Amino acid sequence: MTTIAFTTAGHDLTAALDPRFGRAANFLIYDAVQKSIRIIENQQGRSAAQGAGIQAAETLVRAGVDTLVTGHCGPKAFKVLDVAGVKVFNCSAATVDQALNELLADRLTAAERSDVEGHW
Amino acid sequence: MSKEHIRELVVLSGKGGTGKTSITASFALLADKAVLADCDVDAADLHLLLTPMVEQRHAFMSGNEAVIRQQDCTACGVCMDSCRFDAIRRDGAAYRIDPVACEGCSVCYRICPAKAIDFPERVCGEWMVSSTRSGPMVHAQLGVAAENSGKLVTMVREQAWTVAVDKRLPLIISDGPPGIGCPVIASLSGVSLAVVITEPTVSGLHDLQRLLALARHFSVPTAVCVNKWDINPQQTERIEAAAEAAGAAILERIRYDRSVTQAQLQQKAVVELDAAAGNDIRVIWKQVTELL
Amino acid sequence: MEASGKRSYRIAVASGKGGTGKTTVALNLAAMFGEPVQLADCDVEEPNINLFLRCDQLVPPEVAMLVPQVDPRHCNGCGACGELCQFRGIVAIGSRALVFPELCHGCGGCALVCPSGAITERPHRIGTVSTGQSGIIRLVEGRLEVGVSLVPPVIRAVREQLLDDLPAILDAPPGTSCPVVATLRECDYLLLVTDPTPFGLHDLKLAVALARELNLACGVVVNRAGEDLVGLHGYCRSENIPILLSLPDDRQIAEVLSRGELVARVFPEYGLMFAELAAKLKQQLAAAGGTP
Repeated sequence: MTTIAFTTAGHDLTAALDPRFGRAANFLIYDAVQKSIRIIENQQGRSAAQGAGIQAAETLVRAGVDTLVTGHCGPKAFKVLDVAGVKVFNCSAATVDQALNELLADRLTAAERSDVEGHW
Repeated sequence: MSKEHIRELVVLSGKGGTGKTSITASFALLADKAVLADCDVDAADLHLLLTPMVEQRHAFMSGNEAVIRQQDCTACGVCMDSCRFDAIRRDGAAYRIDPVACEGCSVCYRICPAKAIDFPERVCGEWMVSSTRSGPMVHAQLGVAAENSGKLVTMVREQAWTVAVDKRLPLIISDGPPGIGCPVIASLSGVSLAVVITEPTVSGLHDLQRLLALARHFSVPTAVCVNKWDINPQQTERIEAAAEAAGAAILERIRYDRSVTQAQLQQKAVVELDAAAGNDIRVIWKQVTELL
Repeated sequence: MEASGKRSYRIAVASGKGGTGKTTVALNLAAMFGEPVQLADCDVEEPNINLFLRCDQLVPPEVAMLVPQVDPRHCNGCGACGELCQFRGIVAIGSRALVFPELCHGCGGCALVCPSGAITERPHRIGTVSTGQSGIIRLVEGRLEVGVSLVPPVIRAVREQLLDDLPAILDAPPGTSCPVVATLRECDYLLLVTDPTPFGLHDLKLAVALARELNLACGVVVNRAGEDLVGLHGYCRSENIPILLSLPDDRQIAEVLSRGELVARVFPEYGLMFAELAAKLKQQLAAAGGTP
């Protein structure tokens, strides 16, 4: 658990956690070793006619992410992340830093399957 | 307004022409603070009742399409053989792509030995943000024979959400597309409540059952309203019984009333006229707000 | 259109929006056609015609689309398939390729570009097409699986089940987007059903624009014809589109319809009107260069 992605519309740790995965505006990537953050835009996922979640999952895999914290993750995106070995944590925290604290305090459990029906 | 406090209502009908748009317009006027989203992008008619003033206009791009550069084409025919959509035809010595049939799969573009095929983005229509007497409205128009209304529906809904957050409006009301295909799925997923307007006909019952099955598939709560119920009271009973069995809430019925067409002619919603059907819709709106 | 000289003519019945009485017109026209005719239900999301014909349908053959399957023993994880796919139907992740049949359009491109021959194609069920007989009418009905959003391949399969030596009437889905275009391909004439309301006229204009885009001759049926307050007749005259039939706004029609019966069979005067419509259509086709 070194490269952690959060879904958000914002650009820093105080921003709100976006409950959507595939059509979230940005991914905030937290590097647990360097304790640094960077932003990846989810341009391709949002502009996909269909399969937004799959596209977003590909973006994260390509960015070398090993952990995802989001509200809900659909079945297709989950399948992609699962195959790539990315752990998915569903979280209802309001902001990214709250979600990060919950994750680091071990209060979240990794999802074993998608928690919602796909919607695209 | 934070997103968690915004509710989204979609009005669907399965089969078209059941009065869905007239009822949606009435809901919008009865709702105090709401954003309207016209997701019936195949035949967007809400603007005919609410005469929107367009404030923003944007091109809607979706997917790509293949185009042969005739000057570079060697007429080898490989593209035509590889197209599964019958979109490439021989025209004398030349090959042409029928833009209507092209699915935008990119196979011909990749396979062309002369690299004579371009694959530009496709303009499919436009979307607009407008103001109406019922509040802000997001609507769209697909180009003739354009594809992919599912993505346009998603875009209209997203823009409606943006407007709701910006203007602190707690409700989004969507006029949903007909059918049960990709545009309907795009308009239905993740909403707080789907109101299904139906008619007491054999087709009405049949379409309703398919639509309720779809809503169940996406875990969306449903409420059903029979429009023009007095045309066939027995069938109305059957429809309501079937809807209840499928787990939908049953709303007040709307009677057959020619003022609905009168309202259309005056570019008004039924509730803006002194009409019996308008009174029925007022009762329904109260029931809907309780379900939301 | 590149219709072969031998094929009998095909008439599509469409409208810019649903609920204009399109299916009613198609059904009654077929019933009064005066000779054996095929009736194709291309509204595959809501096939309704057999609710009226009630014919015993043959075992429905499946409509399948070819989707890829990956042999992991041969996949070297190069990613060429995922890079080609425009629809996220196949995704390359690490050393594996994942297939999502719901998103696949069946273009075959991934199998084509795979350098290691790891991709073959297998059929994936997306709907059914069944046929039946009711008097002079040979019914061909397409039906989409619930939850599937790819409509055009099912419509294509309906067209493929039509016999070449019988004329055909195709009942199109509502709207003007891809499924309608899929229905109109290889048709010789487009019959548009509308009503004299602002919605009806607006949607008729969209449908006429589509007919022009596809180079199709068209004619109009006015349903629920009352006083023409919206200038429907003037519009048709200015566009040089003949009005082939006006059905009165008769509550009896709605009642017959709601019982699942054919108005042309219940009331002889309506039977005559539809027989006349059939005769006029045959004239129109002859004038347009068809071979009725």
